[in-house]
Amino acid sequence: MTSLRGLLRKEFFHIRRDKRTAAVLIALPIVQVMLFGYAIRTDVDNVRLAVVDPAPDSATIALRDRFAAARVFRIVTVVPRIQDVDSLFGSGAAQQAIVFYPGFADDLGKGVPAKLLVITDATEPNTGSLLQSYAQSVINQWASGISEPGRVSGAGQATGVSGGGVVRPAITIVPQVRMRFNPTRESKNLFVPGLMAFVLTIISSLMTAISLTREKETGTMEALLVSPLRPWEIIVGKVTPYLAIGFISVIAVLVEALLLFRVPLRGSVLLLLFEGALYILVSLSLGILISARTSSQRVAMMFALLGTMLPNILLSGFIFPLESMPAALQVISYVVPGRWFVTIARGIMLKGIGLTYVWRETLVLGAMATVLLVASMRSFNERLE
Amino acid sequence: MRRILYLAQAEVLHILRDHILLAQVLVVPVVQLLILSNAATFEIRNTPIHVVDLDRSGASRGVVNRLAANGHFHIVDTTPSTRRADERLVDGTATLAIVIPQDFEMSLVRTGVGEVEMVVNAEKGSAAGIVQSYASQVLTGYAASLRGPDKVRAASGPAPHIDVRVRPLYNATQNYKHYMVPGILVALMTMIGTLLSAQNIAREKELGTLEQLNVTPITRGEFIVAKLMPFWVLGLIELSLGLIVGKLVFGIPMRGSVPLLFGVAGIYLVVALGIGLWISALVDTQQQAMFVTFFIVNVYLLMSGLFTPVDSMAPWVQQVSIINPVRHFVTISRAILMKGAGLAEIAQPLLILIGTAAAVLFVAVQQYHKRAA
Amino acid sequence: MSDLAIHVTDLTRTFGAFTAVDHITFDVKPGEVFGFLGANGAGKTTAIRMLIGLLQPSSGSARVAGYDVARDTEQVKRSIGYMSQRFSLYEDLTPRENIRLYGGIYGLTRDQIRQRTAEMLERLGFSSVADTAVRSLPLGWRQKLAFSVALVHRPQIVFLDEPTSGVDPITRRQFWELIYDAASRGTTVLVTTHYMDEAEYCDRVSIMVAGRIAAMGTPTALKGEFAVESIDELFVRLARPDAGGAGKAGRVQ
Repeated sequence: MTSLRGLLRKEFFHIRRDKRTAAVLIALPIVQVMLFGYAIRTDVDNVRLAVVDPAPDSATIALRDRFAAARVFRIVTVVPRIQDVDSLFGSGAAQQAIVFYPGFADDLGKGVPAKLLVITDATEPNTGSLLQSYAQSVINQWASGISEPGRVSGAGQATGVSGGGVVRPAITIVPQVRMRFNPTRESKNLFVPGLMAFVLTIISSLMTAISLTREKETGTMEALLVSPLRPWEIIVGKVTPYLAIGFISVIAVLVEALLLFRVPLRGSVLLLLFEGALYILVSLSLGILISARTSSQRVAMMFALLGTMLPNILLSGFIFPLESMPAALQVISYVVPGRWFVTIARGIMLKGIGLTYVWRETLVLGAMATVLLVASMRSFNERLE
Repeated sequence: MRRILYLAQAEVLHILRDHILLAQVLVVPVVQLLILSNAATFEIRNTPIHVVDLDRSGASRGVVNRLAANGHFHIVDTTPSTRRADERLVDGTATLAIVIPQDFEMSLVRTGVGEVEMVVNAEKGSAAGIVQSYASQVLTGYAASLRGPDKVRAASGPAPHIDVRVRPLYNATQNYKHYMVPGILVALMTMIGTLLSAQNIAREKELGTLEQLNVTPITRGEFIVAKLMPFWVLGLIELSLGLIVGKLVFGIPMRGSVPLLFGVAGIYLVVALGIGLWISALVDTQQQAMFVTFFIVNVYLLMSGLFTPVDSMAPWVQQVSIINPVRHFVTISRAILMKGAGLAEIAQPLLILIGTAAAVLFVAVQQYHKRAA
Repeated sequence: MSDLAIHVTDLTRTFGAFTAVDHITFDVKPGEVFGFLGANGAGKTTAIRMLIGLLQPSSGSARVAGYDVARDTEQVKRSIGYMSQRFSLYEDLTPRENIRLYGGIYGLTRDQIRQRTAEMLERLGFSSVADTAVRSLPLGWRQKLAFSVALVHRPQIVFLDEPTSGVDPITRRQFWELIYDAASRGTTVLVTTHYMDEAEYCDRVSIMVAGRIAAMGTPTALKGEFAVESIDELFVRLARPDAGGAGKAGRVQ
């Protein structure tokens, strides 16, 4: 046991001296949380709107003003010809364009359909849809109140019958929307569990795999093997410092998210940490397994990236919703440990649920941890010969 | 000058004999491309919804039919119980519950307005918003198809009426892969350019072969060119491979000039390689090179608009990302391939890339010393 | 001054509080085989690295092949060859390819490269492995290859850092034959070693202890001066002055 302690001490010194790796390990989670808090968002606002108005009249100007007043839009330019907007879309200077046709006000007065064209940059399909419906709703709102200046209308609701020629779309269906579990719909509330998994995967799988393989590659592993240390002691010795850092990182992520972004944590912290520990065991075993089977750091990194990082980022529901993926990938996601952890952690943090609800997922994680741990130890022992 | 050729020749031999490297360049990116393109999507398809129809009228059935026919949704349950719908939201078997109240049709007939309740499981965050938006669109579409009761007669003349046409540009089929693949190609080239060059030079440091070169009269400029040139070529080969896979497997559009794309790629690779070179000057071992590169590339990718739009980022992040070369190349890549943009439209990000390339190279060269201080 | 191959004055190098090379002064004449002896950690490698332009001196000066190592480093590099303690050629290239690479870097023409490659392969007996990756060659062969590559451009001066470390005695003998061969053609050789018996092979030697030169001269003169039977004995005496007395035989590790 004392030899194990000696190994542990050596490993800690190693890490202390290897400032760059230590810096990355500490900076990574902190920066990641910041990025996810401020950068990974899908809210649409400040939409750059171009207006094509060949023959401005009272109605076009009124509708333009309505767009200008809408918080979501920002009119970037008004041009007379439709050709002028082509390059605006090409360069991204405009995301959407409203195209009027001459005689807009006249047509409205005569009761003839007044034409309006909404051009939208739909390279990103969801944004495209959203922008179209935003524009549509501004138009509808304006349309339902044009002859009644000063009347504020809701989402296309009729403001009652009056003699003044109220325009509204023929029929309106008004959705009353309620958001469950995440009333502010803050995407940042969701990323924390996934981010924890991400950070843990990097540390427990990627770094472990690379550093264990490094010892093999440089030949220092042999020296360890000849020592009185037993194989499991070697693994524990090498892996513990990273584990410790991993745990600290996870706590750092939690604290930063809670303090800086006020992410809710409605359930039990202890349960969360317990599940985190389970997940660490799984990731670790994968890292050890990878290192047992390769003798080159670069290969270890490749396998760690493809086999642990990629699945845990993509197939865990961390950023991209699982329902959006092709069936084949959804099936594969069942064997991705990150998927289970993210489900559990989200449940604990957002819904405040306890073990009674997530016992199934916990069981799955536990089973994965056991199987992988056994497999990796066995693999490590075998490869020693 | 000739020295560059000799060293470059040795580099090419290295690369051809390095099976791991070849796998990193040819196999890994293709696998990543295939997986990423399929997984990295916010497309809304077959979202499970529970429709609670308390009205059972012609109008409500009309709504239900519309929802059923819509590819974004998949009706899993029509049990007329709001409690059941709520349970489904909690256990996750439904993402959206639509409740049509008892007096829906009556309300439409009498007032021209009908209310429908939508309860969205907002755990999914942004996806929830999009699901709700699509559902609203279905409702709007249905409303537009109904002939309105002529409740309103204008006192003077017929009622004003706006005819709105929509024209979505560039992605008529709403194909998410067409949107992601151009960006993923950029990510792959970044990994290759930065990781491989950082790893390669760090390796030479670790093995000691770098020292032998430093004792020769080769200048650092010659060394850098000779070292990076083969990877530059590899990056472009990578792009070709990616474009071929993208075209054959995903049918991505190529509306703009592909030569222009390659030209920009050439400049971008200089940036990526320069950053790799700079990283290699900072580290002593391959392991450190891998970690540091991974960290930096990760940050760049997340802030690049690859996964989520730059326009949605917090304003200060958007400012910071102006110096993010990945962002600009992603923009250019999508502009050329999807929008058919030409030189004029990509002029601004391109100029930034050129400036960045010059700056990065300069710094990286300055950082590299043949003699330790 | 200008006809000295190496001229070192008060050369010093510190790393923080630690002084690795402490004001050393010595000269090497053209065509000499100069042995730079000392225990591991005495500062030999640091001193060499300054002379070949890999490390900046903290103070003092040195001229190699007539050029100042601090100011005209690149000129120095043109005139010298170097064989490092650690094998530093490309393992995945063949001997032929390694020779071609360095020949090219040092500015040899294609013909020259071809000619010298043939000569080298012949002299070393490498013809059968000329196109095998260096990785598969045994250590002794690799060292010989590294030595030859260091001389491919026929430099005025060649620096060899522990060239015979870890090789068998026969290969060591062969090495010294190669060294004599080079010296006979006018090349100045500065060789470091911790094998004290190799001192006898040199024209002159210096012994470094803790960063300073504790003794310098021809082997014969030194043995006479210190009244010892071998340089090894002398070294022990210098390295551990408290050990005292003559007749302390035994190899220094």
